[in-house]
Parts: sequence; C-alpha cells; structure tokens
Amino acid sequence: MADKIATREAYGNALAELGEINKDIVVLDADLAEATKTCIFKKKFPERFIDCGIAENNMFSVAAGLSTCGKIPFASTFAMFAAGRSFDQVRNSIGYPHLNVKICATHAGISVGEDGATHQCNEDIALMRTIPGMVVINPSDGVEARAAVMAAVEYQGPVYIRFGRLALPIINDNEGYKFEIGKAIKMAEGTDVTIVANGMMVAEALEARKMLAEEGISASVINAHTVKPLDADTIVNDAKRTGAVVVSEEHNIIGGLCSAVAEAIGESYPVPVVRHGVEDVFGKSGPAKELIEYYGLNAKGIVEKAKKAISLKK
Amino acid sequence: MENDKILALQKTALEIRLGIVEAVYNAKSGHPGGALSSADILACLYFSELNIDVNNPKWENRDRFVMSKGHSCPGLYSALALKGFFPAEELKSFRHTGALLQGHPDMKAISGVDMSAGSLGQGFSCACGMALAAKLNGKDYRTYALVGDGESQEGQVWEAIMFAAHYKLDNLCLIIDNNGLQIDGRVSDVMNTMPYESKLEAFGWNVITIDGHNIEEILCAFESAKKVKGKPTAIVAKTIKGKGVSFMEDQASWHGKAPNEEQYNQAMAELTAYKNSLGGNN
Repeated sequence: MADKIATREAYGNALAELGEINKDIVVLDADLAEATKTCIFKKKFPERFIDCGIAENNMFSVAAGLSTCGKIPFASTFAMFAAGRSFDQVRNSIGYPHLNVKICATHAGISVGEDGATHQCNEDIALMRTIPGMVVINPSDGVEARAAVMAAVEYQGPVYIRFGRLALPIINDNEGYKFEIGKAIKMAEGTDVTIVANGMMVAEALEARKMLAEEGISASVINAHTVKPLDADTIVNDAKRTGAVVVSEEHNIIGGLCSAVAEAIGESYPVPVVRHGVEDVFGKSGPAKELIEYYGLNAKGIVEKAKKAISLKK
Repeated sequence: MENDKILALQKTALEIRLGIVEAVYNAKSGHPGGALSSADILACLYFSELNIDVNNPKWENRDRFVMSKGHSCPGLYSALALKGFFPAEELKSFRHTGALLQGHPDMKAISGVDMSAGSLGQGFSCACGMALAAKLNGKDYRTYALVGDGESQEGQVWEAIMFAAHYKLDNLCLIIDNNGLQIDGRVSDVMNTMPYESKLEAFGWNVITIDGHNIEEILCAFESAKKVKGKPTAIVAKTIKGKGVSFMEDQASWHGKAPNEEQYNQAMAELTAYKNSLGGNN
C-alpha cells in the first residue's frame, strides 16, 4: 500500500494542478491557507489567491460574486466555519442562485484531534445536504480527493467537499478506479450485510469486512463518496441481497450519510439500517488516532454495528 | 448640470415610486418604506449612471448593481420594468404564487438582477466579489451596491468594507440608504450605527455625504466616486423612509406593510399629482 496522505494535502495539490490548466480558477481562504493547503496554489499563483482574513461570511459571498463574473472560485476554511458559521451565506449567496462555487472544507470530523470540540465538525454533511442543488462529497483517500476536485470543476453548480487533517492510506489505487459524482463504488461483494461508508471510514469498512469474514459473516462494502445526490440504487440493490445495512461515517449519526441511507432504504426496501458514527456527542481534544479509538470510529465499531444490523433481520 | 436632465430624473423617480406602491398594494405584502427612500438613487443609477444594455442583461462588461437590502426590491423591479427588462405588468403580480417577481431579488429568474439578495449583508459582499473580478480580469466596469442603515448592523457588512479597502476596490461604490428607521424603530434607538463618515474613513474608504433625494447631489457623488483611485467610495445618503407618500414618510411601521385600497388610492394620487406638478416635457 502506498504512503499515507491527508485528503487536505491531496486537495491542495489538486488545486495547484488545476491552476495550470484552468485560468478561471481563483482560490479564497480565511487565514487558514497553511492548514487547508491552499497555500500550495497560493505559492504558484499568488495573483489568483485571495485571502479574506478571518471573515468567512464575507468570503463565501465574495466567492458568489466572483462566480458571476467568469471565475470558478474554490473557497476554503475549516468545515466548522464553512458549513456552520457561514451556512446562511452558502445557502443564500451560493445555493439559492445555484452559483458555480466549490466549497472545499478541511479539518472535518473528530480526526481534527487536539483542537477539540469547537473545531471538530460532525455536522457539516447534515447541513450541506439540506441545501437544494448542493452536491456533497466526502472522499476516502488522496486519490479520490483529487478525483473529486477534478470532477467538481467540470460540474456546473455548487459543490461541497470535505477533507480531513489526518493522513490516510491510499485505497483507490486500483487501475479500474473511476470517480463519478453521484455514483457509489462497490468495493467488495457480500451476502449477509451491506456496509456503506465514506471518507476515512471506507478503509475501516474494508478492515471490518475481513474481521467479519473470520466469523463467517459475508459483508459487502460500498463507498458512497457522494452523499448528495446519493446513489440510492446501488445501495438499495445491495440491501435487497443482504437484508441488513450498516452505515459508517466520521460524522454525527444524525443527519449525514447514515440518515441519507436510512431515508433511501426506508422509502424503497425497508430493512434494518444501523448507524455507526459519532453518537450525538461533542468531540474532545486528543491525538487523532487515540480519539478514533475512543469514539469507536474504527473497524471494530463497524463490526459491532454490522452484527446488530444482522440481528435485527426479520 | 442641465435642469432638463434633473427634471427628467425626478419624474423617473416618481414613476419608480408609482411602481413600488402598485407592486406592494397588489401583493398585499412587501416593503414600501425602504424602496421609496431609495427611489431617487435608483432613478439616477438606472437612468444615468449604469452602463448596461437592456438587450444584453448578461453583457460581461456591464456595470453591476446589487440591491443588498433585498427587501427593497419593489424599487429595483420598478426601475427594471421602466427600463424595459420585463413588462411592467409583472409588477402587479409581485409576490404572487408562480409569478416572476419574487419577494426578494432572484437573479436566476429575473432579467436585470445581478445578484440574489435578502439575507442582509450578503449582497454587498457579492458586489465586492464582482468588483474584484473586474480587477482580476482587467475590465473597467463599475459595481454599485445599496445597503440599508439597519442592514449595516450586520457584521458581514464591515467584513466587506475591510475587504474592499484592503483590495483597493476603487471600482466599487457603496451607497448607504440612511433613512434612520428599521423595523423596531429608529436605528439610533435600536442599535446606533452613526456616524458613518468617520467609521468608513477609518476603514480606508473615501466618503461622500449627500441628501439622498437630491438628484444633482446623487449624480455629483457618482462622478466624484469615479475620480478617486486606490480606495473605494461610500455615498452616505440621508433619506426619508417612505419618501413621496405623505402618510408613510419617516414611519417605521411602513417598513414591511402593504397599503389598503384607500391608502393605495391616496398614495397613487399624491405621486401622480406631484409628477404632474413638475411640468416640462412628459
């Protein structure tokens, strides 16, 4: 397996790569360029980098204005501030007029680590998903992060992509890998339970599948990188086969991928859907790896929930 | 300045006011007070200042205008209708179900609207983005934004003011519709925003204070703004909320209320009479 890379790093690199080939791209940040990695683009194209200072609300509306004048703005800050603080701006300046702004938010989830609760955003997917017309993506590794950025720039309309601080293993380095907005990727087949995951939990889901196999349980794994529009067909079709679903994400179990999947399953083919994520609590400070264990956001946690889902089968 | 031009713009402002009352009355909903207070400014913008093309609303070199105080859109719509962006008949279905003219500006649907607005403070930031785009693209169009005095209580407005000065957006003109009133009463009682001049200067802006109902002063302010390089210009326009309709003038209660039939008739009669009294060529 290749070296680990944080998806925020892959994002920063992808932006710099895009800057070469697309002259309309401008990048905005709110004094976090070193953290969000937009600094890589800034170094190469300083005249197209706009630091807005610690004034996120202004930044997102400025991005909206820029997008009406031929620019393709990528606006970055931490997920907490992009989806949280500036929800109104993202919804009203960008979402409502359906403008071509790419909201690329880093430091999402528990894996922010030491900064603690005020910075550990476990609500961003839920918030962004409720905006009509918003595309919401949570890439699972550096390869997918780059692919998501490339797909976002081709797409006409607002896109929210969340990236993490923690270095993750590359899991999408297979030759046939293809990223398409709204198309979930079946990573592995199974017959007893469907594991749907995105972001950092996809690697954990693959690990969980191995652990379940040792106990004679066959699990499929679906990478639902795009939460909106959700690839309900792929997920429902697999649920028809297994009869039980577990959803795993680095997010509150309320409102994110877990909820999106539960909605789709509930309306099409009702089978048990068990949610695995942050159980409606605030985060805490600590090294990311330890917090992941503390909050059970790992393969072991998925295995537990998968068994619960199976036990609920009629 | 030619008297003919001033007279013509005064009449246009009255036409805009008639359209405002028409729209809000027919909707039985809307915000007449703040639309009426900015009618003279809108007349000057749309019939003198803005370099726009009604046949090419998305012309990339056009001047931009953002009604950041989006609830005052009856004024914007009235000006756009007069200009020919859409049929004046549309004013009568303002805010109706399925109608074109939404309760707050909708840039997707309405020709001539450069930015959607409604959630206060945001439109002005968008205008800053448009002005910045001009600088980045080497274009010489100008961008104008109208912000309310109540609206300027939003922190985002000051973020944008900082931003515009920092990025030397001398192609940007902010107009503050300083009518002194908001929903809960006088701005000075609710949350005082004055004085603007010293605040804006401290933020690095060029500031011009005018009577927002004096056509000549408005036009002169626009001219002055264009001459200042290296910093953006703010025009602090002292206005009267509800201006033009006697019973609405300087009343907080007419912020977001529609006139009944009797009031509508009185308002239309007053405005028409005043327009007729101006004389000159019609």
